[in-house]
Amino acid sequence: MRIAVLSGKGGTGKTLVSVNLAAEAKTSSYIDCDVEEPNGHLFFKPDDVQEEEISVRIPRVDDKLCNGCRKCVDFCKFNALAYIKEKLIIFGEVCHSCGGCVILCPEKALIEKEKVIGKVQKGISDQVMVYTGILNTGEASGIPIIKKLLAENKRDSNKLTFIDCPPGSACIVMESIKDADYCILVAEPTLFGVHNLNMVYELVKLFNKPLGVVLNKCLEGENPAEKFCLERNIKILGRIPFDNELGMLNSNAEIAARESKKYNALFSSLLETVKKEVQHETTTNP
Amino acid sequence: MKIAIPVDEKSLKSNVCVSFGRTPYFLIYDIDTKESTFLDNSAAASTGGAGIKAAQTIVDNKVNALLTPRCGQNAADVLGAADIKIYKTTNTSVKENIDDYIAGRLSLLDEIHAGFHGHGGN
Repeated sequence: MRIAVLSGKGGTGKTLVSVNLAAEAKTSSYIDCDVEEPNGHLFFKPDDVQEEEISVRIPRVDDKLCNGCRKCVDFCKFNALAYIKEKLIIFGEVCHSCGGCVILCPEKALIEKEKVIGKVQKGISDQVMVYTGILNTGEASGIPIIKKLLAENKRDSNKLTFIDCPPGSACIVMESIKDADYCILVAEPTLFGVHNLNMVYELVKLFNKPLGVVLNKCLEGENPAEKFCLERNIKILGRIPFDNELGMLNSNAEIAARESKKYNALFSSLLETVKKEVQHETTTNP
Repeated sequence: MKIAIPVDEKSLKSNVCVSFGRTPYFLIYDIDTKESTFLDNSAAASTGGAGIKAAQTIVDNKVNALLTPRCGQNAADVLGAADIKIYKTTNTSVKENIDDYIAGRLSLLDEIHAGFHGHGGN
């Protein structure tokens, strides 16, 4: 069972929710797909960490063989190649590593070269398998790393898995939720929060995934995110208060569900609600 | 001597387009013959790398200079490899920018942005 946790912007509480749910579930997997700034490992502090480098294949040209036919330039949907002053220029960070140019080149002037873009780590914290994707600074796309993370975890797919998504609703988020059975949207109680919630809500609807919302940073008084959910008949899975104790635990990189009775109870009940929802959704809409 | 300008419409009365890579058209203007040609920018609908493709079009049309309000790094690299100078337009009028260029009143575009790549901009 794969549960993706996402939100329209950073800092709403994706990591808080996914880390604590994974910790609460005991035997589970936590996958940090926020490869540009993964931070779930700071909470889990996993042991026995194994690491693997991730690389992509980028074409390289042999200028002596290239005859300037431009078949590769015309073929590339991402315009990663240009032919200027009788010389082929390749933009590695624009390339999506499809390999098409290499296949097409009639002169066999293009060869593929491995380029390391980051790494994945796998370790254990109590009984939680902690997967972390790390994209090297300056690299354009973390999608190959997310693909690897999710494929790695597929072997343990009978376990409850929490996918901590990158913020926003771009390609990298789509890749993270693609194979999820259920999506948890984390929302802040502000108008800005509602705008961001709507972005991910539309995305998840587009993917036809069952979803529920966790209202984070709840205060007394009106909650625009709650209103948004009620108006659209979106399931509210739980509410996390805007609370000093939780803030302290979190900023000390402690897992609230493991350290505090109050939050153990809160996340335990949230986990039960989520499990029930996922089960309901997978039996009614398999 | 030819110059290129990204334009919103196929007319000398058009405005300069705010985007280089995704402009709908390019005006290619020959300063010596005063001849103008409008090109469809096939890069406008690209999934990615629009600047690279648009710059390739500019290079293939053998222009000497590009007049644009802004330009991304990848496009600037392509144009630079072809020794095409990039000048910054000062207002939206195509006509005035051509006159300013001829009179030597335009300065080189020195702020090359890193590219928007789906993260905003126009």
